[in-house]
Amino acid sequence: MTINEIKQLLDAEVICGDNLEREVLSACGSDMMSDVLAYVKDQAALLTGLVNAQVIRTAEMMDMIAVVFVRSKKPGQDIIELARESGMVVLATPKRMYEACGILYSNGLKGNGEINE
Amino acid sequence: MSDELTFHFDVDGENFTSAGHASVKVKKILRELGLDPETIRKVSIAMYEGEINMVIHAGGGEADVSVDDKGVTIVLKDSGPGIEDIDKAMEEGFSTAHDNIRSLGFGAGMGLPNMKRYSDEMNIESTVGEGTTITMKVYY
Ligand SMILES: Nc1ncnc2c1ncn2[C@@H]1O[C@H](COP(=O)(O)OP(=O)(O)O)[C@@H](O)[C@H]1O
Ligand SMILES: [Mg+2]
Repeated sequence: MTINEIKQLLDAEVICGDNLEREVLSACGSDMMSDVLAYVKDQAALLTGLVNAQVIRTAEMMDMIAVVFVRSKKPGQDIIELARESGMVVLATPKRMYEACGILYSNGLKGNGEINE
Repeated sequence: MSDELTFHFDVDGENFTSAGHASVKVKKILRELGLDPETIRKVSIAMYEGEINMVIHAGGGEADVSVDDKGVTIVLKDSGPGIEDIDKAMEEGFSTAHDNIRSLGFGAGMGLPNMKRYSDEMNIESTVGEGTTITMKVYY
């Protein structure tokens, strides 16, 4: 699934980043960054309701390519700046965590634990 | 690479927002050195968790990273409260972090287990009241 498809499925707004045609292979939804850090998968996206600099750094450390903030949470300028520096695409969706994850999953985007274990 | 390259960072313990800064820099340096992505990812995640721990549990500290022909060594040194029971601290889910830390996305008790998971060797030296030094090695 491309980042652009995620954007459309979630009615999301692009906060920063271009290259929306990049392929996302799996996703992870969590507000606990250490849980995210526990399982590395390539080209993943992170869905989270937490908005701070550590979300972007966590995604960057994991080589993730996109962060989706749920429930229309908007990151501040400092966070956007960090995301830009690391080349991360950042989206914001009005949907809640459960719904956002459910939509992506039912459209074929697998969880972090399910691909190439 | 036969010579050893070393990098030093001060980790500010006052500021949670900047925590992880050193790890981001190290990731950038290792990329520029052309190390393989898997090694870079393991080093970055292990160091990032350790750096966060120094900020939330120990009031900051110092990080030294060295790169040689076998791998990358990370030494994280702080003068914080120390770890009373290292075996207990290593358990998944064990945490003494306050709720305000949990609301920032950390404090799930997964940091040390993650550091162990991503490093090939990890050694913790800690004395209560004096501080903690954690050495991690990631081989190519
Ligand atoms: N540098 C440190 N100095 C003092 N205590 C530490 C340090 N690192 C870890 N600890 C202790 O070990 C526990 C477990 O650490 P960790 O697995 O990273 O979980 P968390 O950081 O989520 O609490 C911490 O809650 C803390 O009590
Ligand atoms: Mg921790």
